[in-house]
Amino acid sequence: MSVANEAMAGHGPHGAIHGVAPGRAHGGTHGSLKSYLVGFLLAIALTLVPFGLVMSHAPIGTPLIVAVFALAQISVHIVYFLHVNRSEEQRWNLTALVFTAIVVCIILGGSLWIMHNLYVNMMPGMMPGSVG
Amino acid sequence: MSTGPTIAHGGALAFRPGYADHAADALRDLRPATDAVDFELEHHHDAASTAQLGFWIYLMSDCLLFAGLFATYSVLHVRTAGGPTAPQLFHLPYVLAETVCLLVSSFTCGLATLAMGRRSRGATLGWLAVTFTLGLAFIGLEAHEFAHLIADHAGPDRSAFLSSFFTLVATHGLHVTCGLIWMAIMMVLVVKKGFTASVQSRLSCLSLFWHFLDIIWVGVFTLVYLFGALK
Repeated sequence: MSVANEAMAGHGPHGAIHGVAPGRAHGGTHGSLKSYLVGFLLAIALTLVPFGLVMSHAPIGTPLIVAVFALAQISVHIVYFLHVNRSEEQRWNLTALVFTAIVVCIILGGSLWIMHNLYVNMMPGMMPGSVG
Repeated sequence: MSTGPTIAHGGALAFRPGYADHAADALRDLRPATDAVDFELEHHHDAASTAQLGFWIYLMSDCLLFAGLFATYSVLHVRTAGGPTAPQLFHLPYVLAETVCLLVSSFTCGLATLAMGRRSRGATLGWLAVTFTLGLAFIGLEAHEFAHLIADHAGPDRSAFLSSFFTLVATHGLHVTCGLIWMAIMMVLVVKKGFTASVQSRLSCLSLFWHFLDIIWVGVFTLVYLFGALK
């Protein structure tokens, strides 16, 4: 991992070459090797555990637990890989992300709610179970 | 944005009030011709960070597209029309292999970004090549799975469940394929042009795109494959 060691030493705040932009000019999305490593190890763990729970038919391998692992992993990705934080220069990124999360919840929750309601209110026999 | 842009000398801001406006105009005119020289405006509201925000907003709108497909799948996954169900079709070890490919590729894509940050052309190209290979492996595994399903008469025309499954997973696969094409182009650009401001900006956007696709895949393997096996 000699390349990885270089990465730990490198990425100084200023461009070493005359006239080349410093890394911070690009919205601070580069992160550090440490943040990528922490994120990667957490993501691997948060992938293997739910797969293990489901594949071993563990009693605690319920949809709720698996969903919690997925949400945790998505958070890890956003923080350690996409480097979204609460800094001044990321304010609009964070705003857009939070807005998107709200809309996604409405789309997913709303669709399931409406379709479930339609299904249970349907007269038996009007909607054979095999038809979508 | 009122002060004149200066060439970044280790972050020092050379500001001369007398002819700052003239200098600013002259430097802006020069800009397209001197791609390698990056100008840093006050507050860093430069073209690169604007491009990043624009790309971020595209990613968020893409997220809404996937939300629609996830919602469709959630509603339709029980409508199997007497055909095969999720536990009969999906093999978790195979999906785990796909997942690991994509996750490791996301990590190596980050390493490529770090290598770009320290201007190491060899390391950037190397990590991009590793990322590309892992992405290709993912697409290969997915294409193999699809071919297998279709050969087993479990194609998208079999049931509403399979229609929504193919739409969701193939849309993600199509995004990954586009990412691979983009990555190949970026490797050529890094070789031919080096780390110009535009190449750096595009590579940063590509890295965001690739990490974003991994996040979508977390939703796919949880909702489709893990929940499917729990039924």
